[in-house]
Amino acid sequence: MNALDLALYSNYALYSAMAVLALAMLAYAGYLAGLMPARSERREHEKESALLSTREREEALVGASAGPTGSVESSGERVVASDDAGSSATSGRALDEGVSVGTRKLGGIAGSLAWLGTILLAVSVALRGLSVSRAPLGNMFEFAVVACLFVMLAFSLWSTRRDLRWLGLFVVTPVLLVLGVALVSWYTEAAELMPSLQSYWLVIHVTVAVIAIAIFFIGAVTGILYLAQDKVEQSGRTSFLNHFPGSKALERLTYGLHVVAFPLWTFTLIAGAIWARQAWASYWNWDPKEVWSFVIWVVYAAYLHARVTSGWSKQRATYIALAGFVCILINYGVVNLFFVSQHSYSGL
Amino acid sequence: MATTSEHNDLAAPGADDGPTPSGGTPVQPTLGLVGWLRFLWRQLTSMRTALFLLLILAVAAVPGSVFPQRNIDPTRTTDWIADRPTLGPVLDRFGLFDVYSTPWFASIYLLLFISLVGCVLPRARVHLRAMRQPPPRTPARLERLTAYRRLEVPDEQVEGTLDALEKSLRRRRFRVHRHQPGTLSAEGGYLKETGNLLFHLALIGVIVGVAVGHLWGWKGDAIVPEGQSFAKTRFDTFAPGPWVDDESVPPFTLRVDRFHAEFEREVTGAGQFGMPRDFTAYVTATENGVSYEDEIKVNHPLEVDGATVFLLGNGYAPVITVRDADGEILYSGATPFLPQDNNYQSVGAIKVAAADPGLGFHGWFLPTAVITAEDGPQSVFPDALQPALALTAYEGELFPDGRPQSVFRLNTDEMTQLSDAEGTDAARLWIELGETVEIPGGRGTITFESLDRFAGLSVRHDPGRWLTLGAALLALGGLLLTLLVPRRRVFARVGGTGPEGRTVVTIAAMAKADDTGLDSLLDAVHDDLDPALVGQGSRAEKDEGR
Repeated sequence: MNALDLALYSNYALYSAMAVLALAMLAYAGYLAGLMPARSERREHEKESALLSTREREEALVGASAGPTGSVESSGERVVASDDAGSSATSGRALDEGVSVGTRKLGGIAGSLAWLGTILLAVSVALRGLSVSRAPLGNMFEFAVVACLFVMLAFSLWSTRRDLRWLGLFVVTPVLLVLGVALVSWYTEAAELMPSLQSYWLVIHVTVAVIAIAIFFIGAVTGILYLAQDKVEQSGRTSFLNHFPGSKALERLTYGLHVVAFPLWTFTLIAGAIWARQAWASYWNWDPKEVWSFVIWVVYAAYLHARVTSGWSKQRATYIALAGFVCILINYGVVNLFFVSQHSYSGL
Repeated sequence: MATTSEHNDLAAPGADDGPTPSGGTPVQPTLGLVGWLRFLWRQLTSMRTALFLLLILAVAAVPGSVFPQRNIDPTRTTDWIADRPTLGPVLDRFGLFDVYSTPWFASIYLLLFISLVGCVLPRARVHLRAMRQPPPRTPARLERLTAYRRLEVPDEQVEGTLDALEKSLRRRRFRVHRHQPGTLSAEGGYLKETGNLLFHLALIGVIVGVAVGHLWGWKGDAIVPEGQSFAKTRFDTFAPGPWVDDESVPPFTLRVDRFHAEFEREVTGAGQFGMPRDFTAYVTATENGVSYEDEIKVNHPLEVDGATVFLLGNGYAPVITVRDADGEILYSGATPFLPQDNNYQSVGAIKVAAADPGLGFHGWFLPTAVITAEDGPQSVFPDALQPALALTAYEGELFPDGRPQSVFRLNTDEMTQLSDAEGTDAARLWIELGETVEIPGGRGTITFESLDRFAGLSVRHDPGRWLTLGAALLALGGLLLTLLVPRRRVFARVGGTGPEGRTVVTIAAMAKADDTGLDSLLDAVHDDLDPALVGQGSRAEKDEGR
């Protein structure tokens, strides 16, 4: 097989992956639709949730009588009491409670399709890499496909450890969208790299950047779901979100994802600086791409700080994290295409 | 700039320095100068201010990516301002073309770093003290903590259980202390705070490294055609840091023997045709009288005599000879033309000072020249497949007032353009490789003898870079510690009698922030205990305890 054939098969694998992911998206959508309580069920649910909220209120009262900050010992050591009491009702809520067998099956099928789509994406990336005998990270199209692969890989691997059927639709849909745009608008023929990219730092710097972005993306998705869930819980509305993890758990997930992604992004900046010194003679040039990478770093640093600043709610902190992801989108979309930058490798 | 909320509590203004009201009359608190300074200092070092400054820093960095920056591309900046005669100067006044060296940008990051220092140093003191002190006393009611277990152990085994707990916790790198008989306090994860402090202190190291590089670093750029050499006295531009003396620039010379460039010809699809594939400068370096051959590529700089030589650009230097009407050579040499686009359409100027009056040419060099009806002459490929020069000619004073000028542009202020043979239009000279063309007005001939390439070399010295890198890596290490290590306290207290012959030992765990691992920690500690010691029923408590 010559390079052209490989590139062609890589594209076929990409088309197949997109078809499979489209099916996965439909299955996930069906699964979520199945989570919507039916009208008769809803009345049932309302009764139930009314009961639930009285229970919660009772719990809160008990908590209040016990003193919200716990006991103060003779030594004066302050002990922070658990604030978990209120969320035990939500986090203990089973995802499958009151969900039909068909819906549950659909969720399982969606998960399998997501795995298949991930494998096909991996095949496509591998073939593309073989066809050009290098890491397939040389232009905007390749970068987008690899980013999607890492998102799907992270999601699929994570789903082996916990039930993520609720998250599926919100991950697969944007991935499909990005793959579509990459193929239609950013497609670049398979080819060698330009001299400034010919370095092993390409693999280190860009791979870690892509992994960080993939995790930031999933974190942004759970962040949005947290904000939505928070609204739903406050209003007591019935929604498919009732079957999702509770807002507290979602917030914790969001934070956990950012805790993983932020050091990776820090490493991306350091590796980028080392490479910049080799290729451009100076480790930091305030090139637009560097500026935005720095802005992203600062915004996520602000998120991590905001989350532990007293007087800042978790909701507000989450908005900062989402702003960080908007910066990532700008850095990828706007800076690559519209700004004059040394990082102009879009191939467009 | 700290990662727990306590700091803000400490920094709450007026928490402890208001005067105590005496008698029944309320006394208005008065802040003297010192009070105000303390107030401002506390405001500045509070988390909320640090957070605000962080967000402001992010916003302030953005304009530098939107507007062209002088330190990156001075020509584009000048053009941008010239194109916008009203907006340009206004933006310039606010420093939007030198964002990263403006006072307002500097004031943001300096305030941020002052805030950081003011926050980190007191915390470091607190942390040092905490590390020397035993864990806090055991709280009275452990069932109020985030996670707890009730163990029922045989009466005679109570001490043994506490010992076993201590052993298990010590193995998990907890520090254990028993303040009173029948209690146990343990604390682990001090590295979380150590990492936090390390991260923030290392950021200061990064800034210091950048400053060292700025003050003692230097850079020099040179455009060197094949076969020519350069030394420190022959930089086209030389930018030393403010504290650099000339002695510290090493006296090496470097000759560019040959320059190799390769461009994509195979892949003709979107986006790749004509892209550069390889640039290599084959050079001979001479330091301390010793010469050796080496090569410089884009990602492979050359270390010479304490400085680093980078290949940052390249282009063409047509070898041009200008003769006067008698055939005498007035000008001869490789003349670099500066590439303007991916197809190496390049601008340049030939300044024949030996002619009288001065003779100047300027215009385009096209490596693969094509003349189309719509666009006129242009280059369609970056490699030199069909090289040609498209020039216009001027005569007059080449260097009015002796002002410095760009080698790529002709200053035509005191020159007049030469007309073509009919005298109706400006003369346009089209010279292909090897051709000789008459200069209008009987001024002689101009010959495009041969074509050399040039290497754009940059020599840099940055003494702060290792400090910057080391500090950045330390910051990353500190970050990992502070984000991944959990800070936890575990307590145990003997109290209450259980079923016959058994005593209740309660173990409990808490953390400063959200910590979902407390239950599994208690489970693990529990599992370490001898099953014979611990009665049943302790498991049942677990679910209730959550």
